Amino acid sequence: MPDPILQTRGLNAHYGDFQALYDVELDVGEGEVLAIIGANGAGKTTLMRSITGLLTNGPDQIHYRGQEISRLRADEVAELGLAMVPEGRQLFPSLSVKENLMIGAQVGRSGPWDLKAVYDLFPILEERKDQASTSLSGGQQQMVAIGRALMANPDLILFDEISLGLAPIIIKDIYEALPGIIGKGMSAIIVEQDITKALSVSSRVYCLQEGRVSLESASDTVSREDISRAYFGIE
Amino acid sequence: MEWLNAIVQGTLLGGLYALFAAGLSLIFGVMRLVNIAHGDLIVLAAYLGLTVTTATGMHPMAALVIVVPAMALIGYALQRGLLNQTLGDDILPPLLVTFGLSVIIQNGLLEVYTADPQTLNAGALETASVAIGGATLGKLPLLTFGIAIAVIWGLQWTFYHTALGRAFRAVSDNQDIAQLMGLNRRHIFGLAMALALGVTAIAGILLGIRTSFDPSIGGGRLIFGFEAVIIGGLGNLWGTLIGGVILGVAQTIGAKIDPGWQVLAGHIAFLVILAVRPNGLFPRVSG
Ligand SMILES: Nc1ncnc2c1ncn2[C@@H]1O[C@H](COP(=O)(O)OP(=O)(O)OP(=O)(O)O)[C@@H](O)[C@H]1O
Ligand SMILES: [Mg+2]
Repeated sequence: MPDPILQTRGLNAHYGDFQALYDVELDVGEGEVLAIIGANGAGKTTLMRSITGLLTNGPDQIHYRGQEISRLRADEVAELGLAMVPEGRQLFPSLSVKENLMIGAQVGRSGPWDLKAVYDLFPILEERKDQASTSLSGGQQQMVAIGRALMANPDLILFDEISLGLAPIIIKDIYEALPGIIGKGMSAIIVEQDITKALSVSSRVYCLQEGRVSLESASDTVSREDISRAYFGIE
Repeated sequence: MEWLNAIVQGTLLGGLYALFAAGLSLIFGVMRLVNIAHGDLIVLAAYLGLTVTTATGMHPMAALVIVVPAMALIGYALQRGLLNQTLGDDILPPLLVTFGLSVIIQNGLLEVYTADPQTLNAGALETASVAIGGATLGKLPLLTFGIAIAVIWGLQWTFYHTALGRAFRAVSDNQDIAQLMGLNRRHIFGLAMALALGVTAIAGILLGIRTSFDPSIGGGRLIFGFEAVIIGGLGNLWGTLIGGVILGVAQTIGAKIDPGWQVLAGHIAFLVILAVRPNGLFPRVSG
């Protein structure tokens, strides 16, 4: 595996008394696309929130390019080049489409992604740029959420269930756009319930089960049986 | 004609109330904080104006160049040092803390400036007037109203046409996701409070020129500002101006009927509007 851009070591996460992650050990190589699968409530979103600094972590649990980032605030993590397309899109309703995109650039990192590049990728967004983000269809909103994350010119981008609630045809479009997005030297973590989709775009896959890593494997060699076992915990 | 005059005077008075209200409205809009100390901060600004004008001999309007940045700095420090710590899912802590702050400011002002009523001496501006179509209008109320329009226009422009305004709206919409975008909400809240207290500084100076003030009058200014915000509809700055005007007109008409009724008439207008339209006249359409 190439040098890791991100490593978690013994990562735990809690919501009050409830522990949602247990000793998660995860490596993302430079330029690698990693898939994370797991049943509802397995802890995938929690893992994303820990990595991006939205949850407070214990010391020394997350390293980004050799730097300890476990204790940084989310805005500080973002400045280092980590961006997320959050579950359920979570656009800013008071902002227009264009403003949602522009706020993604707030971290002030330079790189290939700017308004023009995002509009080239998703031309419909340029037509809709002055509309309220809430007036868009689900698929278009997802494009805004992806574009917003790209505007930060991240080195590592996290996608949390980008196909959630979208029509199959739209999901197909978005997944067809993905290689063009990640191809530009970025690393990515893709959280996905659709296992076939997850395996097709990634080089390695992790499965979470009740807050623990239940499987880690290369995406092209992993067997269906291994996945079912890791997914549901049944033999 | 006398009634018309009362309405015009009330309208102009509404400009001052809108200035009381604008800072309240801004803070509530960005961080859902109801600042009980807002009125006392207005009075604090008037006293800062007094100190600056007596120390330097400056005209109170010129003193704005010192008092506005000073209040903005106080606002930023207050937010980062104290108020940010009170914000969360529970709405009670900020209410209690700003209530405590209100008491502290009042007592601090009493210590430093005593309870004696003070005014800011603006010379000819206080009594100058212009005749417009038979009515005689004071230059100060006209100027106040013009400033209120300019301030609200400026705030509106900042909100909808600048990166800072975008950040305000984003943080107001979703604090977590805004943080993911590289916006530190604690800093953004600090900037919002700085802007709000900058406006408060203008309100305080104009108040100090118009009437005498002492450390105890903050509560009344808070109520007027609060009523203007609610009448206009939360989160709508132009609505706040109209709210201020309605309050001002109700007060001057009340005073015309019986001088003792001025404040009461304002409260009655507020309650009637609240009863008929609980969300105010122009509530912001939520997205
Ligand atoms: N804010 C919260 N407070 C308390 N518990 C939470 C909170 N968010 C998530 N949980 C719990 O933590 C566990 C992991 O949730 P998480 O959202 O990370 O799962 P997930 O794998 O992303 O699921 P899904 O596929 O439904 O998105 C679940 O048991 C969930 O109920
Ligand atoms: Mg999830």
